[in-house]
Amino acid sequence: MAISDDVLVIGGGLAGVSSALAAAQEGVRVRLISHKKSTLRNASGLIDLLGYADGELVADPFEAIPVLPEGHPYERVGIEAIRGGFSLFDEAVGASYLGAHTDRNALVPTYGGTVKPTARYPVSTAAGLASDSRSTLLVGFEGLSAFDAPLAAEHLQAADVPFDVHGVSIAFPKRFRSDATAMRFARALDRDEPAENGESHTRDVLVETVKAHLDGAERVGFPALLGEDTPEEVRGSLESALGVDVFEVPMGPPSLPGLRLEDRLYEALDEAGVRVTTGNPVAEFDTENGRITTVYTDRGGQRVPFEASEVVLATGGLVGKGIGSNRKGVYEPVFDCYVSHPEERSEWSREGAFDDHPFARFGVSVDRDMQPLDAEESAEYGNLRAAGSVLGGYDLANEKSGSGVSIATGYAAGRAAGEHA
Amino acid sequence: MSTPESDPTPEEHESETDFDPAGVFEDPTEMDLRPGADSCYKCSTCDTSCPVAEVDDDFPGPKFQGPEQWRLKQGDDQDIDPSITDCSNCMRCDNACPSSVPLSQMHNTARGEYVEGQAPSLWNAEDSLAEGEYREALTYLRDVPSEVSIEFLRNRVLSNYGTLAGLGSKVPRLANLVMGNRITSWANDRFFGIPSERDFPEFADRTFREWWRERGGPKVEREDKRVAYFHGDYSNYNTPEVAKAMVRVYEHFGYEIRVPTQRCSGTPMFANGMLRDARRAAAVNITNLSEFVDRGYDVIASCTSCSMALRQEYPELFDFEGTREVSIHTYEALEYLRIHEDLEEELGESKADFPDLAYHAPCHARNQGLDRQAIELFGELDSVAVEDVGDSCSGISGTYGWKSEKYEKSMEIGGEMFEHMKDAQGETGLTECPTCAMQMGHGTGYDIRHPLEVLEAALVD
Repeated sequence: MAISDDVLVIGGGLAGVSSALAAAQEGVRVRLISHKKSTLRNASGLIDLLGYADGELVADPFEAIPVLPEGHPYERVGIEAIRGGFSLFDEAVGASYLGAHTDRNALVPTYGGTVKPTARYPVSTAAGLASDSRSTLLVGFEGLSAFDAPLAAEHLQAADVPFDVHGVSIAFPKRFRSDATAMRFARALDRDEPAENGESHTRDVLVETVKAHLDGAERVGFPALLGEDTPEEVRGSLESALGVDVFEVPMGPPSLPGLRLEDRLYEALDEAGVRVTTGNPVAEFDTENGRITTVYTDRGGQRVPFEASEVVLATGGLVGKGIGSNRKGVYEPVFDCYVSHPEERSEWSREGAFDDHPFARFGVSVDRDMQPLDAEESAEYGNLRAAGSVLGGYDLANEKSGSGVSIATGYAAGRAAGEHA
Repeated sequence: MSTPESDPTPEEHESETDFDPAGVFEDPTEMDLRPGADSCYKCSTCDTSCPVAEVDDDFPGPKFQGPEQWRLKQGDDQDIDPSITDCSNCMRCDNACPSSVPLSQMHNTARGEYVEGQAPSLWNAEDSLAEGEYREALTYLRDVPSEVSIEFLRNRVLSNYGTLAGLGSKVPRLANLVMGNRITSWANDRFFGIPSERDFPEFADRTFREWWRERGGPKVEREDKRVAYFHGDYSNYNTPEVAKAMVRVYEHFGYEIRVPTQRCSGTPMFANGMLRDARRAAAVNITNLSEFVDRGYDVIASCTSCSMALRQEYPELFDFEGTREVSIHTYEALEYLRIHEDLEEELGESKADFPDLAYHAPCHARNQGLDRQAIELFGELDSVAVEDVGDSCSGISGTYGWKSEKYEKSMEIGGEMFEHMKDAQGETGLTECPTCAMQMGHGTGYDIRHPLEVLEAALVD
């Protein structure tokens, strides 16, 4: 016997969750296995689709997608699957995200003072959109070095945003260890803990301090730490006390918008009846007649068997370790799917840090049914599909397409797996 | 099992890499923590998963305790930071790290080193005694009183619960009377640092091993399905009903069961840095369990911390012969049945006379990939509603919540779980871990049961 399901999704990020949700919609039994806790908590929480094409800002991704080169994941899945994937995402996250009302990209200010073109954004960032012309105050906290508000404001101004923006660094009402993470600040606001002065509470002191710097600004942006458990309430109370709109600026890891997204998506998995197993990596598998029959996770040398009739590989890219490399070559570590790459290692990258690097496109190639292809372009296994950044043929960092590709290919792979199971 | 033959396997890819700039040890072993420290890219995911850091602003978190402290220690005169003793050893950081840094292994070794330094003469005296050098032992003993603190003694007693329980369960009624006494409890808190708020777990009238002996051992004997049961101290002395349920459920599925001589798995010793005690206990367990593993038995534990110790901590910390073999043949009780029997089918067809349940997944179940299995399995059992009370830590972490100075924090960590338990429909708790069970009972007043008891009610007549 083995632990048995219809569809097995390997990977717990955006692509894996999208695959599992799409497969579950087909009415089959789905299990998602992931090595560790999801790394969504390291992500900004912004859901991009296509921000740049040929180095140019994209206003409407759906106009730019049809001209992407053959082999790009969007070309593989097609417009219909992209729309299907995003509907699935919108349904899963509900009112906590905005952007579904239009095909056009929204421009969200980042903690570095740039603007990011994105298709969906957390409701907490909505008042900060760069297309909005209201004057803006950015507030940073001393000690939280990841967000330098005056510098971010200068960068935004230099990027010619259509509004006045100033930045100020203030002391957080309560003092923490110098290496405290954003979560600690968020909890203080959640619980409205007593402030350092011992007389008043965190939120009140914060409001009073910010008021003194408001100087006519019509909206105020804080680093994304306005509450972990009750972000709506924290933001709401700051807005009513300050009398202006308040927004969050997405931050690097550990990221609260990423964590909130993770919570939402895993709740959606629970509601869809998807079974989730985490803690151990997939190490081995059995095949029969060119199909994967059983996948084994590894626990310090011990093998735990999982059976399924269809399998989706959503283990991530070079950063997520779904694609591995060493001095000899580039490989996909779970099923050893073929990864096309130049034999000469010197050809993997270019000289300049921001050049167009071939390695950024390394990954598994798939057919239009999302089945990984071997060097002869035939399917590696009869029942394997791949989704997300384990796929090759696109440069997510330059295109700003990482989330969209995960959602669209996850949807396509999961739906196909569910139909065949 | 196969991996594709046309291409080199991933393992071959790895082994082709001879170049290893990080290898600083002449003879690299699994205990070399350098690669782990190098793998940390400071994402802080571990810090955000740490239940102690969540309530204790002075605790520097797992990233410091692990890779950063290891690196600092490579300098000449850096001591281990005392905050290492504030880590509760829940091991959630292991499950959080996207880069597979062996955080709990780093914490265990650092804590061991710190505690070693707390009582050097005591350890030396014990070593000398063990080697029969009595005169030397005496000279060491002279310095012991000036070195050893009450806190150290308390931690050592807590770590060696099994020894205490062994004595107590010889006279269970008297022991329960004394330990349940208000004066004992006051004195424990006042002089020994054991919180008076907590009730000592009661000793059973008859231990599991006594019951097993009187029963005449196994009722099933066969060559193809045989397991060695690691019951641990708690289900032997305090909750023999759990161990008996294991026996009845496994015999129902036709397994031959053996109950090897055993000591504590070492979990409380690791958590208190008493690595020497843990080493002694592990040596006994590995020797005895190896004998069975060599003869084709798999080892089954009903406590998720025991299975964790045998599977992960032993190979990370000890290198006795047989350590790895025992580790890869050890399973948690439900997990093993799930892999080898059609448990879902059987549960789908059965009815259990059992109250509705509020289930808490122990932290130590997480690293083993077991935190959802009870909910999944009992989903098949229509007659009992089992609800998950969320993924927070119960806060007791073995001995952590049994220390007066940690009690408040322990209850604060557990707050979320208590709340969710009260919101759940069932008014009986369910968990695999004995100390989580103590905390669940302490915070809600509920009766707490073990998944094996549910299986027994559903499957055994």
